[in-house]
Amino acid sequence: MKKVLALVMALTLAFTLAACGSNGGSTAETDSTSQTAVSEAPENPVIRVSTTTSVNDSGLLPYLLPAFEQETGYRVEVQSAGTGAALQKAKDGNADLVLVHAKASEEEFISEGYGVERLPFMYNYFVIVGPKDDPTGIKGSDSAASAFTRIRMKGAKFVSRGDESGTHKAELKIWGETAPDPESESWYISAGQGMGACLTMASEQQAYCLTDKATFLSMKDSLDLDIVLAESEDMKNTYSLIAVNPEKIDGLNTDGAKAFIDWMLGEEASALIAKYGEEEYGAPLFYLIEE
Amino acid sequence: MDSFKQAFDLLFSFDRELLRIIGVTLRMSFFSTAVSCIIGLPLGTLLGTHSFRGKAFVKKLINTLMGLPPVVAGLIVYFLFTHYGPLGKLNMLFTVRVMVVAQCLLITPVVTALTSSFVEERARPVIDTAKGMGLSGRKTLFLTLSESRGMLSSVVLNAFGRSIAEVGAVSIVGGNIQWKTRVMTTAIMLETNKGNFSFALALGIILLIIAFAVNAAASFTVKEKSDG
Repeated sequence: MKKVLALVMALTLAFTLAACGSNGGSTAETDSTSQTAVSEAPENPVIRVSTTTSVNDSGLLPYLLPAFEQETGYRVEVQSAGTGAALQKAKDGNADLVLVHAKASEEEFISEGYGVERLPFMYNYFVIVGPKDDPTGIKGSDSAASAFTRIRMKGAKFVSRGDESGTHKAELKIWGETAPDPESESWYISAGQGMGACLTMASEQQAYCLTDKATFLSMKDSLDLDIVLAESEDMKNTYSLIAVNPEKIDGLNTDGAKAFIDWMLGEEASALIAKYGEEEYGAPLFYLIEE
Repeated sequence: MDSFKQAFDLLFSFDRELLRIIGVTLRMSFFSTAVSCIIGLPLGTLLGTHSFRGKAFVKKLINTLMGLPPVVAGLIVYFLFTHYGPLGKLNMLFTVRVMVVAQCLLITPVVTALTSSFVEERARPVIDTAKGMGLSGRKTLFLTLSESRGMLSSVVLNAFGRSIAEVGAVSIVGGNIQWKTRVMTTAIMLETNKGNFSFALALGIILLIIAFAVNAAASFTVKEKSDG
């Protein structure tokens, strides 16, 4: 019996600790409520954003959100996954808006009636990274397509996301221009993992890889890779905001989604985005689309 | 070695986000353990002591559920609680509560199976002996419970260990939302995906320390009790 009692006590201890944790959280919530009192309190304060790893894991959203939350009193819940999963969560009715980067999938999302309007607002370039000595001679290629042709001809190792993410789709589009499909080739490694894991794999295997610049720069120190091709026009990567359509999906926080989109397209967010990354990497990671 | 240093620095920096993650982890694991034991202990005892028609089938079912891959459990719960799912009206997707539901789907079969096999092998002879000695019902129950305390604690700690270590199901139904549903394992996944391997390992070390602390607290209290 004593042992059981002890166990109950141990679990109570664990629970107390857990309760402490949640107390900490409610303090934070109280903080934000008191800020809310300053601005006007929104009726439904939670905005669910479904976005891609390159926006969230690169630190851009964690960098922008505190300013938005403080100003408006909204609380933003961010889920990040590949673009495919991010759009699916919204189709399932589990997000108020999406922030993704795969034009074809976005247009399909809207034509199926799930999205209201595609609002492209920032872009950057994918880059091709590879072994520092560039044994396949990718440097100096005039486009990503010609670089990929060279990789295919030489049978150089190439790591692909293989996860239906925006990056994966952009990669497949470039391969499409060099046809046929590389997926069955022995040099083509379809990892099925996030960008970071793919870059680590490429570094371990001294392979080439298509990546967003933000993730690569944030990991550069731990990778034995260099950028071998940057900023070619066929590697342009456009990010869009799409509010989920309240006529198709019920229970949405449409006001919240609108407030978030307006703020993201506004001057303050633009100024913040344009500066992001300059301090740490010497160049901004995202560029604004000029109207 | 870097990871070890990082783990301790992190733990003793009392970083607010880390404390929050630990808090959510413990809350989720505690309730998952509690609910699955409330269902699984009586069910396992029943299976271990009584014979009834279809018992073999129920046992096979439980053994099959023990092999349920966590991602599949996560998907099942996702489809139940998604906005347009049968339980979508409850608005529980991406909360700690729904993570507990997914965990219970995974852990209850384990608790039930462990309890029933223990009861069959160990508790039943105790009950038979008690009957043979002509003890009253109350005394029989007391004797059985006191003989079973070791089993109880190992079943409960096993359930706790499983729930604190789970990642596949909780990332699907919890969404790994910062401040809200991010737990130690999904934070480790995130850092691994970002390529911060040593930081991810540091978080893993902290997870082990927490698991060890809970286990140690359990056995330490036991020891102190029996000494006193």
